[in-house]
Amino acid sequence: MQIQVSVNGRSQAHDVEPRLLLVHYIREVVGLTGTNVGCDTSSCGACTVHLDGEAVKSCTVLAVQADGAEVTTIEGMATDGQLHPMQEAFRQCHGLQCGYCTPGMVMAATSLLDENPDPTEAEVREGLEGNLCRCTGYQNIVASVLRCASGVDIRSHEEATA
Amino acid sequence: MTTTEPAPNVTEPYIGTRMLRREDPALLTGEARFTADLDLPGALHMAILRSPFAHARITSIDTTEASALPGVEHIFTGADLTSCWATPMPCAWPVTEEMKNPPHYPLAVDKVHYAGDGVAVVLARSDKEARDALDLIEVDYEPLEAVTDLEDALSDRVVIHEDLGTNHSYRWELHPDDDAVDKAFAEAVHTVKERYVQQRLLPMFMEPRACAAVPQPFGGDITLYSATQIPHILKVMVAVTLAIPEHQVRVVAPSVGGGFGGKLDVYADELLVTALAHKLKVPVRWVEERSENAQGTIHGRGQIQDIELAADAAGKVTAVRVELIADMGGYLQLITPGIPLLGAFLYCGVYDVAAFSFGCTGIFTTMTPTDAYRGAGRPEATYAIERAMDALATEVGIDPAEIRMRNFIRKDQFPYTAVTGLEYDSGDHVLALATCKELVGYDERRAEQERRRAEGGTKHLGIGVSSYFEMCGLAPSRVLASLNYSAGGWEAATVRVLPTNKIQVVTGATPHGQGHETSWSMIVADRLGVAPEDVDVLHSDTAISPLGLDTYGSRSLSVGGIAITMACDRVIEKAKRIAAHQLEASPDDLEFSGGEFTVRGSPDKTMPLAGVAFAAFTAHDLPDGEEPNLEAHVTYDPPNFSWPFGTHICVVEIDEETGQVDVLQYGAVDDCGNQINPLIVEGQLHGGIIQGLAQALFEEVVYDADGNLQTSTLAEYLVPSAADVPHMTLKSTVTPSPTNPLGVKGVGEAGTIGSAPAVMNAVVDALRPLGVTNVLMPASPVKVWTAIQEARSGGHGASPTGTASAPNAEAESATRWRTSEASPHDNGGDQ
Repeated sequence: MQIQVSVNGRSQAHDVEPRLLLVHYIREVVGLTGTNVGCDTSSCGACTVHLDGEAVKSCTVLAVQADGAEVTTIEGMATDGQLHPMQEAFRQCHGLQCGYCTPGMVMAATSLLDENPDPTEAEVREGLEGNLCRCTGYQNIVASVLRCASGVDIRSHEEATA
Repeated sequence: MTTTEPAPNVTEPYIGTRMLRREDPALLTGEARFTADLDLPGALHMAILRSPFAHARITSIDTTEASALPGVEHIFTGADLTSCWATPMPCAWPVTEEMKNPPHYPLAVDKVHYAGDGVAVVLARSDKEARDALDLIEVDYEPLEAVTDLEDALSDRVVIHEDLGTNHSYRWELHPDDDAVDKAFAEAVHTVKERYVQQRLLPMFMEPRACAAVPQPFGGDITLYSATQIPHILKVMVAVTLAIPEHQVRVVAPSVGGGFGGKLDVYADELLVTALAHKLKVPVRWVEERSENAQGTIHGRGQIQDIELAADAAGKVTAVRVELIADMGGYLQLITPGIPLLGAFLYCGVYDVAAFSFGCTGIFTTMTPTDAYRGAGRPEATYAIERAMDALATEVGIDPAEIRMRNFIRKDQFPYTAVTGLEYDSGDHVLALATCKELVGYDERRAEQERRRAEGGTKHLGIGVSSYFEMCGLAPSRVLASLNYSAGGWEAATVRVLPTNKIQVVTGATPHGQGHETSWSMIVADRLGVAPEDVDVLHSDTAISPLGLDTYGSRSLSVGGIAITMACDRVIEKAKRIAAHQLEASPDDLEFSGGEFTVRGSPDKTMPLAGVAFAAFTAHDLPDGEEPNLEAHVTYDPPNFSWPFGTHICVVEIDEETGQVDVLQYGAVDDCGNQINPLIVEGQLHGGIIQGLAQALFEEVVYDADGNLQTSTLAEYLVPSAADVPHMTLKSTVTPSPTNPLGVKGVGEAGTIGSAPAVMNAVVDALRPLGVTNVLMPASPVKVWTAIQEARSGGHGASPTGTASAPNAEAESATRWRTSEASPHDNGGDQ
């Protein structure tokens, strides 16, 4: 089937199999490998992207369902060589170790703050429960999201701690 | 931070700071490339047909229909590939001379020995075509009886590998002095005898395993890319197993998404892609699905532990006696049999115990092979002694913290030669416990507990303490030799000063999330007086870093980091000779500080390292006999393990009506000696603590009686989410290691070692007034509730079964609990 999708602001047109999942479309057809696959039961959230501005697990969406939509992947978050504030917060707070869950975690976290700009720690934990991480014990991921929400000037913090 | 020793060299500007990780930008932006991300034009995709039976004879395989599918290029069965294997798959740890090790090939030929054992492979032009073809391969099996109960396996009622004549792989014992143990038990005022079950766990790193082999048909070389912790060891094993000359094999570990021991192995798929790429002269790649991972990647733990303590009237432990049954699974993987031995030396914990005996029987079952999982033997040992210490405290009638205080090895006893013969280099357990008690408000919590117990009610407060040693920094090669391990424990490093004074560091340690690049650059920057950003760290590719023994056992810093430190020192020695020559001074009169050589007494005579580097490059004016380079290579073999330690305290509340365990508070005081980067240390502890807590409360591999894996996906295997785990409060003490120049110890496994017993001691502590003396891990609502009901009906709480994988009835109730009570991360379908 012919689909047209905007991925990170660039228009893409492809003929795809109806059974192709959005995550495989992004990785194998568009060629953006930052979106990771961590499971086969839609449990881990590693493949989370934004579909028309909302976080979705891209393994739960068929590519054909994204026809006409705007998709943002982790590659679309940093602009002009600057990390997105959420990416910067993850870096500042050591919110990642192996980094495999990180793209999905960042996409889910930005979506969480879009819906609730000033969450409590418990709300962050509940809001991220669809994204699994094995390295961090979540503590610094939660701290990253709270840091980003607080809007603390993370660059000056970096200089202060370097 | 509490310092127990004078602060080390404080002139170092980077070590000890919370420097942000240089690894992060690539990982945060999707720029990092994992093995599945590699673009390999022309590669065939491999899919593995796995046995649905735990134990069966293969009577026939028909690939006709599958071969006809479009896109399918080749199908091979085990019988088709026997000529590819020069040796069976490697087991590098034959723990005894008599150990039984059945031949294990990448694909089974006549018989399968666990559900998931490979029987055939398809190579197709796409992954989907390869997997579609699997469904059309017809295999006739003659099912045999499965063995999933360890005591049943021990009985040899069903012998799994007929040629061996028994399921017993080995018997390993450590008896420093049996008479002393017998005497201690005969004279004991108090004894406790406990049985604990270490359920099987899945490592469940987030990046599924993947590998790809790219041949050079005309050059003869082959490159294996793999999501592995051990490219160096893998290179040797691929060369041996496939009889490809080692110098023609290159192994590359691209970005690796976690390992936790599960990527510390030589897997059938890695050998298959390499053998097939070599044979067919085309690239071959494979990526596992998560459900395949649960079957085809090693499992952790899997032990039944019987532990007995003898103690005097005051609760001072006089002897420890331990007997293990260790579940090997269907075959021995790389270091399967050695895992219980890594724990054997820790069953006396952090206590001054004079008499000890240990025995372990390694046993085959028809389940996925076990092997290293975070802590590997040491969490199991620590769990047993720390649970048993609580049982002893109850027996003696004193507080769990007090029983520990009475038994700790004292600070002034270090270095301490343990009854096992190992020397513990340093420690201050009294301080760690006291600091942790203060951190969590222990005395107030106990008072609160007493008050609530007096008031009655259905929600019970429990407080659990665990004090631990992490025997890590694997390892002194001579000690490994005494344990029959087939390799050494050294690590290699090269430090090279480039002509423009930029530094290349080549390390044999292989990171997969630990931030080695950042930490190594900090060490080198301080040592050589350069900026960390001027230090490049090269690793994980055997063509760039040909020597190394990789990353596991919390060894990277305390072995690999020391090799780097020593290489820096050798670079400085050489640079000093060159600088002295150029400054017309004696090398003995030169001092090196802040990246510059100065002549003692002549402050105007200086030469920066940059000048030496350029002089070494031009070679116009070097001392006679000095080679024109500025680099050093060091291979470092540690003189001892490193001995980090600490105390964790967990506070839980349990609702007796639902069995739900809520963790109210978690405090941890850990001591890993001097810290290079506290940010990274804390991250390692956070992740480690939650993995141990997950064993205590959430995770278990479940097989049914027929050997079918019931927990093969993340929908059934409960990896906790952010919503399921507590905020942790950390504090550290600093007791530098006296055995290495940085004073560092490992920290990768410490959290996992300390946490499971702290959580379970809290659970049992909460329920003790109800008569419960033990709860099986994971302490899920159904297990806790069952333990309470059993105690009420006159039992002892959950009495251990003879299996390290849950019996079927429990599996079903666990699954029901998960699906009926809003499982923590079951939200995949709602978006």
